[in-house]
Amino acid sequence: MLVVPALVAAVVAVLPIGYLLVRAAEAGVAGMAEALWRERTLWLVLRSLGLAAAVTASCVVLGLVLAWLTTRTDLPGRRAWAVVAALPLAVPSYVAAYAWISVVPSTAGFAGTWLVLTACTYPYVYLPVAAALRRTDPALEEVSRSLGRGAVRTFVTVTARQVRPAAAAGALLVALYSLSDFGTPSLMRYDVFTRVIYTSYRSSFDRTPAAVLSLVLVALTVAITVAEARSRGRAEHARVGGGASRVPPTLRLGRARPLALLAVGGVAAVSLGYPAAVLTHWVLRGQSAGVDWGRLVPAGASTVWVSLLGALAATALAVPVGVLAARYATRGVRALEHASYAGHALPGIVVALALVFFGVRYAEAFYQRTPLLVLSYAVLFMPAAIGSVRASVAQSPPRLEEVARSLGRRPTAVLRDVTLPLAGPGVAAGFALVMLTAMKELPATLLLRPTGTDTLATELWSQTGVGAYAAAAPYAVALVLLAAVPTFLLSRVQARLVSADSAQAVGGDR
Amino acid sequence: MPVPTRARRRLAAAVAAVVTLSLAACGSGGGGAAGGDENALTIYSGRNENLVGPLLEQLEEAVGTSVEVRYAGSSELAAQLLEEGEGTDADLFFSQDAGALGALAKADMLATLPDDVLQQVPEAYRDAEGRWVATSARARVVAYDPEQAPEAEQFTGVDQVLDEKYRGKIGIAPTNASFQSFVTALRVVRGEDGARDWLERLVALEPQTYDNNIAVLDAVDSGEVALGLINHYYWYERVAEQGEDAVNARIRFLDSDDPGALVNVAGVGVITGTDQEQAAQQAVEFLLSDDAQQYFADTTAEYPVVEGITSTKHDLRPLGELTTSSVDLNELDSLEQTLALLDEVGLT
Repeated sequence: MLVVPALVAAVVAVLPIGYLLVRAAEAGVAGMAEALWRERTLWLVLRSLGLAAAVTASCVVLGLVLAWLTTRTDLPGRRAWAVVAALPLAVPSYVAAYAWISVVPSTAGFAGTWLVLTACTYPYVYLPVAAALRRTDPALEEVSRSLGRGAVRTFVTVTARQVRPAAAAGALLVALYSLSDFGTPSLMRYDVFTRVIYTSYRSSFDRTPAAVLSLVLVALTVAITVAEARSRGRAEHARVGGGASRVPPTLRLGRARPLALLAVGGVAAVSLGYPAAVLTHWVLRGQSAGVDWGRLVPAGASTVWVSLLGALAATALAVPVGVLAARYATRGVRALEHASYAGHALPGIVVALALVFFGVRYAEAFYQRTPLLVLSYAVLFMPAAIGSVRASVAQSPPRLEEVARSLGRRPTAVLRDVTLPLAGPGVAAGFALVMLTAMKELPATLLLRPTGTDTLATELWSQTGVGAYAAAAPYAVALVLLAAVPTFLLSRVQARLVSADSAQAVGGDR
Repeated sequence: MPVPTRARRRLAAAVAAVVTLSLAACGSGGGGAAGGDENALTIYSGRNENLVGPLLEQLEEAVGTSVEVRYAGSSELAAQLLEEGEGTDADLFFSQDAGALGALAKADMLATLPDDVLQQVPEAYRDAEGRWVATSARARVVAYDPEQAPEAEQFTGVDQVLDEKYRGKIGIAPTNASFQSFVTALRVVRGEDGARDWLERLVALEPQTYDNNIAVLDAVDSGEVALGLINHYYWYERVAEQGEDAVNARIRFLDSDDPGALVNVAGVGVITGTDQEQAAQQAVEFLLSDDAQQYFADTTAEYPVVEGITSTKHDLRPLGELTTSSVDLNELDSLEQTLALLDEVGLT
């Protein structure tokens, strides 16, 4: 029953790949080889991978440390910090990049790119890890402590391993984001692979080499997702005994408190405080010009509207794939899941052109109307929702469904009454994640939006395009504030995911 | 089962509400009210809304039919038009540069314009086969920081930029179409070897690379670099916005026969197979009208391409003094070789 909607999701997800194959095939083998076998191309692939690895590593460290501090310790104001730590997700990386490069030009290059990407994407790791930490059974850690291991060693050897699947899922999103982002490296003048793809479109107007290069990105993505799935498959740290898991004890930080505060405060200052300060400065400087409310309000409204629809579509497509991936991990389902990540790793312009290609040919009635724009968001961001649906279903014991079946419920009823409610928090989290990401999307929005519709991101693009940074600032502020709402909800949902989970209190997880 | 039912109900209610809303939206949006007016003139504008928005509103009045404008980058729109092919709704392409127009012309997507329209513009500023026409022009200039490089006030040629004292102090935007056009001009004037030689000497001086002209001007203005290669109007716009005293950077127009003084254009073309042929041609005529040309001269600080119009706001050097350049814009379509050359010297 889930297979049909899952197949629909798969078709949607592989649309861009289909388009790329059509375009790349035009080049022929010789043309493909020519586009690929350039010393510079290979060098840039390596650079992109290096950047993705560096950003992912720093995000995992930051995410783990912040999650641990805000869930397991007596950090002063930890509930507030738990929310603050998630908020950088609301800052578009191109806004953060501009905030840095315009004030501190020396950040240009690898350092700035790495800094901005880390600051804007670490919540992808932090959020699921914090949720996992609230959920994990403290018993294993107690055993470790009672056997004489210190708090830090226990964290590294026991706790960190328990949250590995959650961290890996977040790390995957970080890696794919770093790989596909164009705005940040371009502003930071750090040459990466996506730049070659853009240059190919921008200067030669030839879509074929760009398609060949994009397929390289798809191949890299598949390799990375497979690696992530492997790490997930090997690491199972679920409860095996019966009874309820208790709420983990709170660790006293003692003399380390100031240091911990400095750490969470420092991260917040760099990732949130600094861009906020620069934006405030721009707004104040542009005060004389005044805010054009007549443009700002409709742009804000359409931003919310299209991203809401995009989140709805992405989540609706993600649920069947996520449930299947959690419950029936057959080869076909896994291939489906991996394929769905392709859209997430491709630059927005590539996905946009793929939908232009298919839209004009097969869906003209929807072309440059809201439905096709919404579909592009689904293609681009569905993987984020799949991840969280899969995680929440996987965490709930399949025995509940088996019991329902044995009591005579039909599979459809089991799905409706048991599986989906259990997946509820994950679905909500996926929805919020897609919505806040879609709000910040630019390239696909520019090409596919309904004529005359402006979003905050497109307004920001027009203003900065003529160097009107003061005029751009209100749009950037509005975008950050609006995106902060789903981000906040996301952090709340993640917390609820835990309370729902511990309330179930059933043994035999997996 | 102790799943918190309240939370579940709330979630279900929220989902139901969104589904209903979106269905309602699809119902009303699908009717065509959201856009796609059959009789409208659809313009794909690669020129920024902040620059040409008011002008295109005037155009709507002048042409007399409703006008729908889609704004995005020129090359993104060119890629989109190529992807749309015959299925496109676009009637007119208003491009920031000649390159994107040339790509569409090459793909047979631009219709030939009537002679009386073409005749209004000097031959150098239109397609040799009459498929697009320039609407305004811009000159490459050297922006300089008067404190670090006062001597740039006397520059006459782009070779003077290549001085050891500017090591690490030259700002360029090598991925920007305007810089690439300049390199193409360099190739046309000096040949492949001459251009390679110039670029290699530039690279040896470790120039700072930026994403676009604005960033280069920012860098010159703040003293981060001493010299920058940009288009003239960025400086005039900044001076108009902030006042000449607030802008530290100055610009220098090079000698008219130097490739560094290349004059490039923004232009317009009518899409082949348009169902709004008459309106589209009227729109092109409007963009070449005195009103529109005056708008470019005054508002965007560009050069009018129709004779007899001078800016009332900006102190622009007359285009006539700049057009002795030996570069024909129609020769600037060899971008592939330019990119290969930039790739070769490591400027991409």
